[in-house]
Amino acid sequence: MKKILIASLIIVMVFAMTACGGGSASSGTTGNGTAGADSGESGDDVLTVGFIYIGAVNDGGYTQAQHNGTLAVQEYFKGAVQCIWEENIEDTNAQATQDAAARLKDLGATVIIGTSFGFGEPLYALADSDGYKDITFLHFSGGNINETNFGNYFGAMEEPRYLTGIIAGLQTKTNKLGYVAAYPYTEVKIGINAFTLGAQSVNPATTVNVVYTNSWYDPAGEKAAAEALLDQGCDVITQHADTATPQLAAADAGAFAIGYNLDNSAIEGLEDAFLTAPVWHHDVYLIPAIQAIIDGTWKPEAYYGTMADGYVDLAPLTKNVSDEAKAKVGEISGKIKAGAFPIFVGPIKDNAGNEVVPEGTTLDHAGIWSMEYLVEGVSASE
Amino acid sequence: MTSFLAAAIIAATPLLFATLGELIAEKSGSLNLGVEGMMLMGAVIGFSAAYHTGNPVLALLGAFAAGALGALIFAVVTVTLQGNQVVTGLTLTIFGTGFSSFVGDKMIGQSVPKTVQSFFAKIDIPLLGDIPVIGPIFFRQDVFVYLGYLMVILFSIYLFKTRPGLNVRAVGENTAAADASGINITFYKYAHIIFGGGLCGLGGAYLAIVYVPMWQADVVNGRGWIAVALVIFAAWNPTKAFLGSFLFGALSILGMRMQSVNINISQYLLDIVQYVVMIVIVIISTHKNRKEDLPPGNLSESYFREDR
Repeated sequence: MKKILIASLIIVMVFAMTACGGGSASSGTTGNGTAGADSGESGDDVLTVGFIYIGAVNDGGYTQAQHNGTLAVQEYFKGAVQCIWEENIEDTNAQATQDAAARLKDLGATVIIGTSFGFGEPLYALADSDGYKDITFLHFSGGNINETNFGNYFGAMEEPRYLTGIIAGLQTKTNKLGYVAAYPYTEVKIGINAFTLGAQSVNPATTVNVVYTNSWYDPAGEKAAAEALLDQGCDVITQHADTATPQLAAADAGAFAIGYNLDNSAIEGLEDAFLTAPVWHHDVYLIPAIQAIIDGTWKPEAYYGTMADGYVDLAPLTKNVSDEAKAKVGEISGKIKAGAFPIFVGPIKDNAGNEVVPEGTTLDHAGIWSMEYLVEGVSASE
Repeated sequence: MTSFLAAAIIAATPLLFATLGELIAEKSGSLNLGVEGMMLMGAVIGFSAAYHTGNPVLALLGAFAAGALGALIFAVVTVTLQGNQVVTGLTLTIFGTGFSSFVGDKMIGQSVPKTVQSFFAKIDIPLLGDIPVIGPIFFRQDVFVYLGYLMVILFSIYLFKTRPGLNVRAVGENTAAADASGINITFYKYAHIIFGGGLCGLGGAYLAIVYVPMWQADVVNGRGWIAVALVIFAAWNPTKAFLGSFLFGALSILGMRMQSVNINISQYLLDIVQYVVMIVIVIISTHKNRKEDLPPGNLSESYFREDR
């Protein structure tokens, strides 16, 4: 009996270990998503579009922003397009991803849209396999593309991030900004760098402290990260993580908060803290793409939506944003939308003092997406 | 440093409640691995009560009741029906996770009402709060944290200084002997499993109502498993459970604090350190074989009176 006890204690230890590392991938998201269907019966002329989501459609962040795009598609096409979806699909699990795609296909989907990075590889493999060659695949945030039925889309989030940097740089009194980030990935670093350059463009003395939570979704962990930054004197907190808790921490400390994905200005307790948030408008890409699929004119493409397209944007600036910041954001966003304001223009130094973008050089798309450094003025540990 | 340690107390509080809850159940001989599930049940019901009534006391009662209800399921299956404790506990975790997702589905992103938030605002304790260093760390916290301190003291007295405490230890140590001495085994097991579940529910509610006063799915995020391990770490002793919770609460936020002052240590490494510390302590306590550090003798065994 002792042995059984010891064995079960070991099992507990193993669970405890995976519990911490597993984070969001564990219990909360294990339930297989339910497919939701909102509109009419599918006839011959109805296109069924299936979405695969990493989270729940009302998660208050990333997936909800994705789903807002889906609902807009549904609304725009009325009865001509039927949207169905699978929620809570682990994006680190290739089999779960392909199973979700198979369920969507069984329900009649002829377009399958994967909305998280990790769905890319499994769907790309599926796109070329028997039974799926007539299905059109669209993938958010990956680079895969083929010649017949697989395209990808993403957005220039660095543009609104730069604008949030301008606001933060003008609103800070301590010249210290806090950034709660999920992982030290390229996409995250682009955002940190754009934010920092924006802040320094109006306030050269500004520094940005980054804390990585090593999870996309950890309500308490993200709040603890924000509190650590606030204790260091940061008085504007922004984030590249999925929950609103860093904003709550900022509000508790009397600091300002810049969100991500959703306009949280109406959340109780954030009235005097929330400034704005960089947001996605997925429908800006999805509606024309789905129209092209209906028309039979769709070709695989790598779409990169900008502020000029309306694909990425800032949530409306709240009353907490100063008039000076509002004016500056108006000026620069006008230039960005006119295509006259690239974000990453040399000379740019990294935070080790090396020149990474020489004077006279402007980073193109490939240059931005090979960013592995953080710019001068950012402190972070990896 | 002071602000770090004060934050560590907050990070430790959900762990402390869950650890004490599991500890009291294990003292009665029941290894309930459903801590994570019971915490989530307490979190969602506590939040729901706070959200719908705006009454902090109802929120606490609701959280306790929800955790206790989860534990009641466990007690019926393992004590009355004599089911396997490990399997039942794991099932309870899965059940609790699903339960909280289901009940909380419509509340995601909603905040706790102001009345409840202000009830759980930080309160300085006069005199104690003015002690240098110690005061700001331990005595400028919220009511919930003070309730945790109180629980540690009450548990220590109950388990080691009272007759019922002696009885529950006897039940866990040698159920057959306790039965023979006239202790009502079923009553003791039920009572302690259910009370422990209620405490786990409170631990989850601390996260949902006080620390993250907004409903987010899976707010517990693995802390229940850490609590189960902490009981072993604490060698089934409430005071050590407090120290263990404090240590692990501190370690869980240490990486972020170090990052914020730009000291380059990976949070992954610190996560590993927590478990290395845990394993080393378990190995040491196993080898020292000190009587008071050993698990209750009949832990995780179903009791059949006819087996004697």
